[in-house]
Order: sequence, then structure tokens, then C-alpha cells
Amino acid sequence: MSKTEQEQVILLGHGSGGTLTNQLIRTVFQEALHNPILDEMLDAALLDLGQGRVAFTTDSFVVDPIFFPGGDIGKLAVCGTVNDLAVSGAVPLYLSSAFIIEEGFPLADLRRIVASMQEAASAAGVRVVTGDTKVVGRGSADKIFINTTGIGVVPPGRSLSPRRMQPEDIVLVSGTLGDHGLTILAQREGLSFNTPVISDCTPLNRIASAIMEAGGDGVRCMRDPTRGGLATTLNELAGQGERGILVQETAIPLRREVVGACEMLGLDPLYLANEGKAIAVVAPGAAEPVLAAMRSLPEGQGAVAIGRVTESGRGLVLLETELGATRILNMLEGEPLPRIC
Amino acid sequence: MQPYRNRDYAHHLLERLQQEATRPVSVMEVCGTHTVAIARSGLRELLPKNIRLISGPGCPVCVTDDLDLDLVIALAKEPEITMATFGDMMRVPGTGSSLLEAKSLGADVKVVYSPTDAVALAVANPDRQVVFLAVGFETTIPTVAVAVEQAVQQGLRNFSIFSLHKLVPPVMEALLTDPEVRLDAFINPGHVCTILGTEPFRFIPEQYGKPCVVTGFEAVDIMEALLMILQQYNQGRPSVEIQYKRAVRPEGNAVARGYIDKYFTPVTACWRGIGEVPGSGLALREEFAHLDAQRRFPITVTPGKRLKNCSCGQVLKGLKLPYECALFGKACTPMKPVGPCMVSTEGSCAAYYRYGAQRVGGAV
Repeated sequence: MSKTEQEQVILLGHGSGGTLTNQLIRTVFQEALHNPILDEMLDAALLDLGQGRVAFTTDSFVVDPIFFPGGDIGKLAVCGTVNDLAVSGAVPLYLSSAFIIEEGFPLADLRRIVASMQEAASAAGVRVVTGDTKVVGRGSADKIFINTTGIGVVPPGRSLSPRRMQPEDIVLVSGTLGDHGLTILAQREGLSFNTPVISDCTPLNRIASAIMEAGGDGVRCMRDPTRGGLATTLNELAGQGERGILVQETAIPLRREVVGACEMLGLDPLYLANEGKAIAVVAPGAAEPVLAAMRSLPEGQGAVAIGRVTESGRGLVLLETELGATRILNMLEGEPLPRIC
Repeated sequence: MQPYRNRDYAHHLLERLQQEATRPVSVMEVCGTHTVAIARSGLRELLPKNIRLISGPGCPVCVTDDLDLDLVIALAKEPEITMATFGDMMRVPGTGSSLLEAKSLGADVKVVYSPTDAVALAVANPDRQVVFLAVGFETTIPTVAVAVEQAVQQGLRNFSIFSLHKLVPPVMEALLTDPEVRLDAFINPGHVCTILGTEPFRFIPEQYGKPCVVTGFEAVDIMEALLMILQQYNQGRPSVEIQYKRAVRPEGNAVARGYIDKYFTPVTACWRGIGEVPGSGLALREEFAHLDAQRRFPITVTPGKRLKNCSCGQVLKGLKLPYECALFGKACTPMKPVGPCMVSTEGSCAAYYRYGAQRVGGAV
């Protein structure tokens, strides 16, 4: 008796390299992700990269739950790698995607994930050109893990680095912070709120190129504040650029529901992950045009300036609190654990 | 929320505090949430120099004794046990290891958000013995009592609690009678007082002549409370006042207290860094002994050695500020805490570390 699509699951044989693997590649991966380079089905994708330096990055995605409000592990796997390329100043072009799937994983879920990867890739203007699938026995992996590697090209003459930060440069963020981290936590722990929070998972290549177009050489560097959140990313910038950063607490955009949930759980939204937010450090004169360019895009509607680069306090991020006092904003230490009462 | 975070009003309060703070006064904030709010807002930096804020024992996680925790960890390692705990107990060190380490070595430890989640865990896993690690002050204890009631009503045979509950008024009395500790007034825990009301704290002004103000958790709440404290102090009329009127009634919550009394009875408890305090802990009443993990699963462990060089005891008593400890920020960080005050997000040391109060404090 043949099983309906709904009932089909991934078997160990789907990763064996034989007929089943072939079938899976054709009917799931290639069907959704097809493009001329992938369709060649060679052992390696052959790419023409043109002029400029090659940007190359990799990331593995093991998020639990695999489906969450605002996205899923597939969309995240594309956005995560695209965003690392984009904030490095590169135009993201090609991705690889490697799947490690637990035996028994529903085929319908895999289709859903791959379709969502295609949607994100197409939104970001990148192509998935090579891939791999392995299936492991039950209990050897948690449902599905995805690794993506990305290649992009940095146009000649463009150079972004925290070392280019100058005193009085302005720190911009593209919107509210902590949405993704809180969404995942709430889903994982079965917490529900009156106003549901949605992950901000989205490709940043469009806003990154808008920032660079509007700011030109005045754009010193960009980052996407993923794990460790805004606080950790700003500390990395301050450390690498050997400058201080002073942030105004009242200027940091936070959703009311994120603030409320964090107060309840004893978490600090400045340490929660984001998957669709860009931080840009720009010269004072570039701040206004860059902000306007960011705000003209849906993913940058909430863009604001939150602070500035300082000469003193090298490697240190300071926060001016609502009361007007100043305190150190440290890096994330360990996993954020919700508190007791 | 907005009026409680208004900068202009805050500055007005700071001016008033400046006028009233004519002589040095040491005020203990008993509750960890206050410690966090003070550190996070940078309030300490703005207050008049005459006001010294001392962080008290106000985090139930921090004051859990390391020897008690050794027992919990040993029990968690038993094959049939699922230990359900609040997240911030995971990293608290016993004398040897922590629940987090035990978990990574295979112990079944689950983080829950409420005691009733632990009951649900027991219902869903009938082949496991679910033990809820009951840590908390008067605020959390009624919710544990509700969980116990659910377990009783459902006749659950695989649920029990490991009660390490602590009570606030007895430890405040212990601090007042400790000759080492010198305090002039208290910022009372707002959450705890929603349950207890003001009555259990009246001995503080009446027997010890110290002002007490039940306080909310915004920086402006704390400033208003300090102003009330200074006025009591300067006018020589110590009493228990409520600043946190939007949440606390003088009579507290009798229903919640009824739940506590129905299921628990006071016992001597050991507070980390402070020692044994009579009547400051709670155990399940005799008729619910079958739900008491300590009686149901007798575990003995060889007592380990308590932490060396750790000043948490003095920090909890308000004798030292966190950055005055030799280990602070060096051997002891939130990632690798040595003492309890660094473990919980509400611990004094963690609050100082995370919010960089060491810089400000160091300048005082």
C-alpha cells in the first residue's frame, strides 16, 4: 500500500547516495531550488564571480523549534548566511546548503522548509547552487540541521571595517531589537503573550546596499546583531575598532511586548538574537541620508540612531540610562537563563 | 509605566533627596529585583553621596546553601529522577558541581517556568519521578502550594518537591541582630509584600527603630522610597510605609498566605553566606510527607568543602560591595560563577557585573 505524501518520512536510505537519494534530490531539492547551475548536477558548482574581492562565509542552523512565527529553519539558513555577506559589504550571489536529517523526519516538513529556502533565496537574489543530504538514525540529530555556505563579491573600492570608525560617527540600527530571540524562546517554552511576537528573520542584502549607496564612503562598517544581541555586537565593534561606543538607552527601539516579556522572564532584550536587523556605523554627515534610505524599505522602517563612537573608553560600550546615568554594557556571558520570579 | 520612568520627575526627586540626605545613611535593598533595577538604571551614580545602598540577601537562588544543592544534584543524578527547576538554578554551584554540569553528564534536569509546569511534566511522564526544586520567597511559595494541591487532588504518585523555600522577615531579623551588620533602613521587597502586607515587618521599626518602605521596581519608585525613608529617618518616626501602592495593600494577600499555611510549616533553613536562621525555611506539613522529596528519596552525600575566598557571605550581609571581593570579575564571572551572588541574574554580583556598576562604585 503506498503512503500518501502526508505520511511519508525520511528514511536512512534517503542519505545513502542511491536511488532514494537521487529521487529526494530531484523531487524535493531540485524542484524547489532549480537554477541553471544547480541543474547541471555536477560534483561542484562552477561559478563566474567577476571583479572584486570574494566574500565567503558559513553557518550551521540547529534552531528548535524548526517552525516559528515569522520563519522556519530554512528561511533562517538562507537569511543568516546572506546577511553575513551583506553586512560585510558584499553582494551575496551563491549558496550551498547541506542537510543533516534525522530518520523519520516528515517529507512534507522538508518540502515546506525547502520551499521557504527558495522564497528567501529569491527575495535575496541568491541561488542555491550545490548541496548535500545526510540522514542519521533516530536520536542522532534533532529533526533537521542545515549548513549553508555563501559566496558574494565586494565591489572594487569598497572596504568596511570597524577599524574605520572615527569619534563622533553615528551608530544606526534598522529596527526593533530582540524580536527573534524572544519568539524562539517563547515557542520553545510554550509561553504565550497577548500580542504575539514574530521573528524578524529577513534578508538584509537590499537594506545593506541601500545603506552603502546612500552613505558611500561615510559607511564605516555594518553588522547583523544575531546571537548575543545588540550588546554583544556593539562590544565586538568597539573591541575591533579600538574605540568607545556610547548608546542612549531611550533611543533603542524595542517592542512593548518584548520589553514586557523580558521583564517577566528576567531577560535583557539587548542580549537577545536578531535575524533581520542591521547595525551601521556611519560618518556624522552620512547619518541622515542613510537613515532616510533605510526607512524607505519595509525592513528598515524603524531605523534610528542609537548612539555614537567616542575617542575615550576604547573597547568599551557605555549606555546612558533613562535617568541620565552611565553604565557599562557588557558582552553576553553564557546562555541567557530566565529567572525565577 | 511611563510616569515611573520620567526623567524630569527623577531629577526633581534627586534634588529632594539631596536636601534630605544631610547625614550618612545605609539603606539595604532586600530584594534582588531592586538590586537589578538600581544597577540597570545607574541610580547609584546619581544619588547623594550620603546615601549608601547595600544589596541584601534578596535573591532566593543566591541564598540557596551549597550543601543543600549538593543533595539536589545527587538526587538529580538518580536514574529514575527528573529534576524540574527554574532556569537560574542551573548554574548555581554546589560545593562540587552544578545542575547544568549534572545535566551535561546525563542527569535528567528540565527547566520549567512555573511549579504547575512540573506537575504537568509528571502527568505526561508517568514512568519518571518528577521532583520540583522549590526555591523562592513568599512571592513564589503560593504557586508551589497550588502545584502541591494539584498533585494531591490528582493523586500523583510520581511528583514531589524539594523545598528550599526561604522566608524574608526572619532573615531581616537575623541581619538586624548580627553585630557585624550596620543598617539604618530597609527598602522592602515589593513582590513579597503583595503577599505578606506590612504586618510581618512592623517589628523592624517597633523593636529596632529602623524605617522600612515597601517599594516598587522602577528607578523612580526607588527614589520615592528613599525620600520616604529619609523623611522617617530625619523626623525620627520609623514605621513601615508603602510606596508601591499600585500593587501592595497593607493586609497583603490572605488567600495566598492561606495556601502557604495549608501545605507548609516553618523550619530552620541554612542561607548561603549567612548560616542557619530559625524559622526561615518551609517544609511540607506531615500529612503531605509523601510529596516531600527529601523524605521520599533519602540521599546522603559526603559534605564537600565550602567555597574559599568567596565574599558572598559578606555581600549578602551588606558588609562588602561586590567589587570589593578579590574574585569579582576575575575568577568569578556570570559565565563561571564561584559564588551564588554571581549566579542569578538578580544576584548582587551579577547585577554589578552586568551593568558595570563596578566602575561607578569604584569611583565612590
